[in-house]
Amino acid sequence: MATTQSRSLAKIMLLPSIILLLCWMLVPLCMTLYYSFIDYNLLIPGGNEFIGFLNYEFFLTDPAFTESFFNTLLLVTGVLFITIAGGIGLAILLDQAIWGRNYVRIMVLAPFFVMPTVSALVWKNMFMNPVNGLFAHLAIWLGFEPIDFFAQIPLLSIIIIVSWQWLPFAALILLTAIQSLDREQLEAADLDGAGPFSKFIYIVLPHLSRAVTAVILIETIFLLSIFAEILVTTGGGPGYASTNITYLIYTQSLLQYDVGGGSAGGIVAVIIANIVAIFLMRLIGKNLEG
Amino acid sequence: MGSITLKKVTKNFDKVNVIKPLDLEIKDGEFIVFVGPSGCGKSTLLRMIAGLEDTTSGTIEIDAKDATDTPPAKRGLAMVFQSYALYPHMSVKNNIAFPLKRAKVPEQEIENKIAQAAKILNLTEYLDRKPGQLSGGQRQRVAIGRAIVRQPSAFLFDEPLSNLDASLRVNMRLEISELHKSLKTTMIYVTHDQVEAMTMADRIAVFNGGIIEQVGTPLELYKNPVNKFVAGFIGSPKMNFIAVDEKDNFNADSIGIRPEHFILSREQGTWAGKVGVVEHLGSETFLHIELNDGTTVTVKADGDCEFDYDDEVFLTANESKIHRFNKDGTSIM
Repeated sequence: MATTQSRSLAKIMLLPSIILLLCWMLVPLCMTLYYSFIDYNLLIPGGNEFIGFLNYEFFLTDPAFTESFFNTLLLVTGVLFITIAGGIGLAILLDQAIWGRNYVRIMVLAPFFVMPTVSALVWKNMFMNPVNGLFAHLAIWLGFEPIDFFAQIPLLSIIIIVSWQWLPFAALILLTAIQSLDREQLEAADLDGAGPFSKFIYIVLPHLSRAVTAVILIETIFLLSIFAEILVTTGGGPGYASTNITYLIYTQSLLQYDVGGGSAGGIVAVIIANIVAIFLMRLIGKNLEG
Repeated sequence: MGSITLKKVTKNFDKVNVIKPLDLEIKDGEFIVFVGPSGCGKSTLLRMIAGLEDTTSGTIEIDAKDATDTPPAKRGLAMVFQSYALYPHMSVKNNIAFPLKRAKVPEQEIENKIAQAAKILNLTEYLDRKPGQLSGGQRQRVAIGRAIVRQPSAFLFDEPLSNLDASLRVNMRLEISELHKSLKTTMIYVTHDQVEAMTMADRIAVFNGGIIEQVGTPLELYKNPVNKFVAGFIGSPKMNFIAVDEKDNFNADSIGIRPEHFILSREQGTWAGKVGVVEHLGSETFLHIELNDGTTVTVKADGDCEFDYDDEVFLTANESKIHRFNKDGTSIM
C-alpha cells in the first residue's frame, strides 16, 4: 500500500474532493471577507464602496457586542457544566443493572432527536409559560409567584433548554466510556479498601477524562452557534439579555439589512471560534493523546 | 496469620449451581494451588474467598473468624488479577500507594513501604512510570507490589501468568515461589496450567465441575490420583488410559500408564503397535504410538531413542507404576 506509486496515485485520486471541499469553504469565506470591508446595506442601494475596518469598528464597539460575547461564553460554559455533571450522573445510573435497561437508554436519548425549534417551543409553551406552564402551576401550588422565565431569567432559561437537549448526548458518550472500564480495576479498588466515593474520584473520573474531553470539544462547536432556541423563545431579548454572537450577526444582517456589518460580525465569530478552539486544544487536547 | 477454612460453601448464579458444597482447610503460610479445566469453579471460589462474589450458603472463615459477609477490604486479603487491574492513569508509585492511602497510613511510612516493595520486586527505576509504559512482566510485579505493601494475611492469585509469554512465565513462576519462601504468607493460586500447579504448590486442589476431586501435595496427586480425572489432569504429557478386560488379568476396568513408565522393544511386549509422530526434544523423545486396537498412547523415551515413523513396536508397562481404575473412574488402591 505504501509504495511511491500508490501514494502519488492516492494524492491524485483525492485531489477532486479536496478541491471541492476547499471551494466549499473558501468561496463563502472570501465573499464574507469582501462584504465585511464594504458599505453594503440592502436598504441603502449605492456604490458599495470600500470602507476599510469601519464595519468592524461599528460591530466591536457596539455595546450589544460585549453583552452578546459574554452571553455566548455563559451559554457555552453553562451548558457544558450542566451536561457533563448531569451526564456523568445519568451515565452512572444507566450503568446499573435495572430491568428494561435497554429501553430506558433509548428513551434517555430521545431529547436529542427533537429538533431545536420544537424542543424550545415545547419548553416555552408547556413548561416555562408564566400562565399555563407546568412550572407556573407548580409555583402557584407551592404558594409562590410564578416566574416569567423569558422575561426574568432569559439566558438561564435558554441554558436550561439547550442543556436538556444535549444532556442525552453527553450521558450516552460517558455511558459507553463507563462501560469500557475494566471491572477488575473496580474489584481491585474494592480490595484496596476504596469506598464508592474514592472509587469514583480515583478510578471512574480519570477513566472518563478522555470521553469528557470529546464531549467538551464536540458540544462547544455546536453551542457556539446556538440560534433556533433563541429565535423561537426570547428573540434575543429582553434588550440583548439573551443574544449571543450568532444571534447578533443575524440581527445585523437580516433584521437591519446591514450585510457589511453582519459579515464583519461573521468574521469576528470565526476568529472567536478559532481562539476558543486553540484554547481548548491546548488545555485539554493532551487528554486525547496516548 | 492466614488460615482460611471453607465449610460447606456453595455458589449459585441465578439457578445454575457452580460450586457444590465444598470443604477445604488452608493452613497458615501454605501455598495452595487451585487447578482445573476452565469453568470448573476455581476462579469463582477464589473470588468468593476475596469477597468479590457472595457466598450462596456455607461459611468462609479467615483466621478462625467468620468472614462470609465481610466486605472485601476488611478481609485482609490481597489479590493479583489476571489482567493485573493496575490503575492506568496513576504512576507505579501511586498504584502501589493506593491501598495504603485508602487505609490512611502516614506519608513517611507509605514512602518506606513503597521503597521496600520496589526493592524486592526490582521496580525502583520504574516508580514514576505509568503502567502503559511497562512490559507485561513489570506490570505483573507492580500488581504484586500493590498486594505486598498491604501486608495481607493471604495473597490470592487469579491466573496471574496467563497473559505472559512462555519464557517470562517460567521466570515469574520462580519469582512468585521465591516471594512465598521469603514472605511465608499464605498464598492461594488459581491456574488451569498443571505445570504451574506442580512446580509451585505445597498442596494442590484439583477442581472439576464445581467440586474438589482431590487435595494433596504435587507428588501425592502424581503418584496416587483418586480417580481418572485427576490422573489425566496431573502430569504432562497426559497419562495414557487403556481399556482392559478380564483375560488381561489387571482386575480393573481400565488402566492408566504415564508416558514415562513404558518400556519399548522391537521384539516383544504386552501391546503391539505402530509408531506415529516422533518428537525429539533433545533431552527426551515423545513417541505417539497407535496400538493395534486403535488407542493412541504417548510414550516418553530418552533423547537418543531410535524408533522412527511407521516402525513396528512392542510396549510393556512398568508393573509397579500401573494405575488401576474401576468402571466409575475411581482408583483401585
